[in-house]
Amino acid sequence: MRALWIAKTGLDAQQTRMATVSNNLANVNTTGFKRGRAVFEDLVYQNVRQAGGQQSQNTEMPSGLYLGTGARVVATEKMFTQGSLVHTENAFDVAIQGRGFFQVLMPDGSQTYTRDGSFQIDSNGQLVTASGYQVQPAINVPNNARSVTIGVDGTVSVQLPGQAAPVQIGILQTADFVNPGGLEPRGENLFLETGASGPALTGTPGVNGLGTLIQGMVEGSNVNTVEELVNMIETQRAFELNSRSIRTSDEMLQYVTNNL
Amino acid sequence: MDRLLYVSMTGANRVMEAQARNAQNLANVGTTAFKATMDSAVSRKIDGPGLPSRFNVQTRDTTTDLSSGALVATGRSLDVALQGDGWMVVQDAEGAQALTRRGDLQVDANGLLRTGAGNLVQGEGGPIAIPPYAQLTLGGDGTVSIVPLGQGPEAQAVLDRVLLVRPDAETLERGSDGLFRVRGGELPPADAEVRMLSGHLEASNVNMAQAMVEMIELARQFELQVRMMRMAGDNADTAAQLMRMG
Repeated sequence: MRALWIAKTGLDAQQTRMATVSNNLANVNTTGFKRGRAVFEDLVYQNVRQAGGQQSQNTEMPSGLYLGTGARVVATEKMFTQGSLVHTENAFDVAIQGRGFFQVLMPDGSQTYTRDGSFQIDSNGQLVTASGYQVQPAINVPNNARSVTIGVDGTVSVQLPGQAAPVQIGILQTADFVNPGGLEPRGENLFLETGASGPALTGTPGVNGLGTLIQGMVEGSNVNTVEELVNMIETQRAFELNSRSIRTSDEMLQYVTNNL
Repeated sequence: MDRLLYVSMTGANRVMEAQARNAQNLANVGTTAFKATMDSAVSRKIDGPGLPSRFNVQTRDTTTDLSSGALVATGRSLDVALQGDGWMVVQDAEGAQALTRRGDLQVDANGLLRTGAGNLVQGEGGPIAIPPYAQLTLGGDGTVSIVPLGQGPEAQAVLDRVLLVRPDAETLERGSDGLFRVRGGELPPADAEVRMLSGHLEASNVNMAQAMVEMIELARQFELQVRMMRMAGDNADTAAQLMRMG
């Protein structure tokens, strides 16, 4: 029975959407988190009778008989809208205002990207992410530094004791992509470059369209809780409807087995 | 055996097909700009000896409910909804032109504008290539304009216009990939009347309540047909019993 399986695809799709909504809601407080959106698509149609087929020499079918086979989630797309900036006053918290990603070096040597700028320094004075991964380009803060300043263009300078002039210790470059939506989320607020995102274009913050850096702030999650709750209700109703559809199909079959 | 059984069978079969179509609509309540499917049946007279009292039923065709779905505000500049009865021209898997109303657009790695289903959006000069931009605006008439990366708002550049057409609804048909095409293949010229609304998506036009009622109605119709089949069997039984008595 066709209807049974079609309704099943609907249930599957709604379940995936629910998972996406839950993931968004779970990350409502995750720094630099970008919310996902389930993208739906109708599955292929079975062409039972061709539209325009000749019914007789002079007449043709005005419309055909196409039976659909259901729906599916074709992608969970990340929405790279700006999250709200939260003031923290921590010198190592940096937010990107506009486009761009911080570059993070993984222990295995691969390159990842993040919007989460809640950095810290490790025991070697190295600037690292909250998970302890090294920020690229590497920035080493001398252990006697009195204060650290990160400029809007990524210039990192420190004030050393006994010196009037600040010392520049590096530039925090950011990377951008043609299609950020194509990045692969890796967890830990990190993203990986893919064929769909295009290659990373690194540059100085504030130049060539890259966003500027703001010290003492972090970018909050861009999840809109109200919107997610509405999505959740909609998903739940659609799910109920599809499960009802399965039950009805089942009852139809049951009726046949009981009565024939 | 009485032919009633076969007539009822075609009825049950037709209801099952209609139920599948309805399930398809229900499965796609969340699909962006999905258009609900409707169907119609035709009665086929059974010729032969006896009175011409029997008609088989057959699903004749499926048509599409082309009414607009509700607009959902998303705030994303690359989400567009078409207002009224216009269509957006995209490229299908074979590179031919097809029509869609789904407007969850994306810029891919090569800078080409695609729909959420991956079809290339056609501009008035072919696929729309978008160079790196700081700000992208999709105008009400489909005009794509950007502020190039690294330049100020004074450098606003118009790239192309999304090809929007308004073919006669009677000539539209849905392909097996869910995209629509004009029967005969000839696309009408671009229509300046079609309006596009950025920051919104068109929801599926499936009416949940209606589909639900239809589902229940179809289930009851099905039971009716099965009941008729049962009666055909009972009739045959009774006839056989009479024979035995005689």
